[in-house]
Amino acid sequence: MRIRTYHELTEPDRSGLPAQIMAQRQRVAQRLAGVERLIAVMSGKGGVGKSYVTVHAARALARVGRRVGVLDADLNGPTAARLLGARDGRLAVREDGIEPAVGADGVRVVSMDQLLADGRPLAFRGPEAESFVWRGAAEAAVLREFVADVAWGALDVLFVDLPPGLARFQELAELLPAPPAVLTVTIPTAESGDAVRRALRAALERGATPLGIIENMTGGGFAGTAADDLAAEFGIPVLARIPWHPARDTWDRLGERL
Amino acid sequence: MKFLCVDCDRQMTFEERQLPGDGTLAVAFKCPGCGRVIALLTNPFETQLVSSLGVQIGGRTVPAQPLETVRGMVATGRDDAFEDAGRGADEGGKAPHPAWSAEAQERLARVPGFVRGMVKRIYSDYARERGITQITPAVMDTARAELGLEEM
Repeated sequence: MRIRTYHELTEPDRSGLPAQIMAQRQRVAQRLAGVERLIAVMSGKGGVGKSYVTVHAARALARVGRRVGVLDADLNGPTAARLLGARDGRLAVREDGIEPAVGADGVRVVSMDQLLADGRPLAFRGPEAESFVWRGAAEAAVLREFVADVAWGALDVLFVDLPPGLARFQELAELLPAPPAVLTVTIPTAESGDAVRRALRAALERGATPLGIIENMTGGGFAGTAADDLAAEFGIPVLARIPWHPARDTWDRLGERL
Repeated sequence: MKFLCVDCDRQMTFEERQLPGDGTLAVAFKCPGCGRVIALLTNPFETQLVSSLGVQIGGRTVPAQPLETVRGMVATGRDDAFEDAGRGADEGGKAPHPAWSAEAQERLARVPGFVRGMVKRIYSDYARERGITQITPAVMDTARAELGLEEM
């Protein structure tokens, strides 16, 4: 008995799962057609201030008249909405998508922090014992919907604030019609430099365009030359060194370089 | 995933989807040649895996809703996270919005607030597309099975 293979079965399939996936991708592309630049803010290291840098870079650009959005892709530790003063309030559901909240300096933002009950972690329906298998797929779907189902409108820049590690960047790169530009945040220490190096290399291997390094938390207890080392190694600029208590003009200068 | 009737060497076609309400899923496929019907049964884990991809076995019968996966799958959402904007009584030549029976309203009220607005919209669209003027629990049951609305 010879059983025909999957690819030999070519009759129309009502489920059309590949077509459904394709439609999802098209929705992402259509939504991003109004976005001039998408910048992924990343680091291989946690706690280096990615969200803080993202929000203030966004605000700096907004203050000079740019239309800016922040998509908080840190689904398990979301902070961008609070940092922009846009955590409370309800997200309006329109025919063409969810209306993003408008935060400080007019920056539009969508974050899981706006959706979760106070103090509750992100949890999905379904059998928790086996969630390790499908949780990654569910989080990737959330990221896709944050891009495709939010009525971002015309934007000059959409920042995507990524969590530590590589997984979310890879999910993002998989979604986008073209690899994103990446802004990399580190603190001065060698340990941070090591983690950032791996993440940045992985991003470049996926075709990302590196905009530069931002060294955060300088001038305090963290010693090292991580930003300069990474800049030399990858041939990219150090765009800013952010002290512990940055003044507004620190961010404005960063904004001018973006 | 495809199903082949080996006897007939014909690809089986989607016939029906059922949601027993315990997290499992049953999908029936029929051979267009001999008429044999088989059922694919998924456990809750497998059902969830399909849901997390944002696709529907058997195909989509209503348009995707904004943040559909988020609202359908997140278990720890704020009840008041969304403000579902009202829609006019008759937009674009579509049928008017259906009425909700008291029993259907009661059932809708039991849906978690995080997802309630989306569920209401889906049932409403389902009814309008079929010329149903009043949504009752029976209509909700039928729609739920046809549309694959787990836990809605």
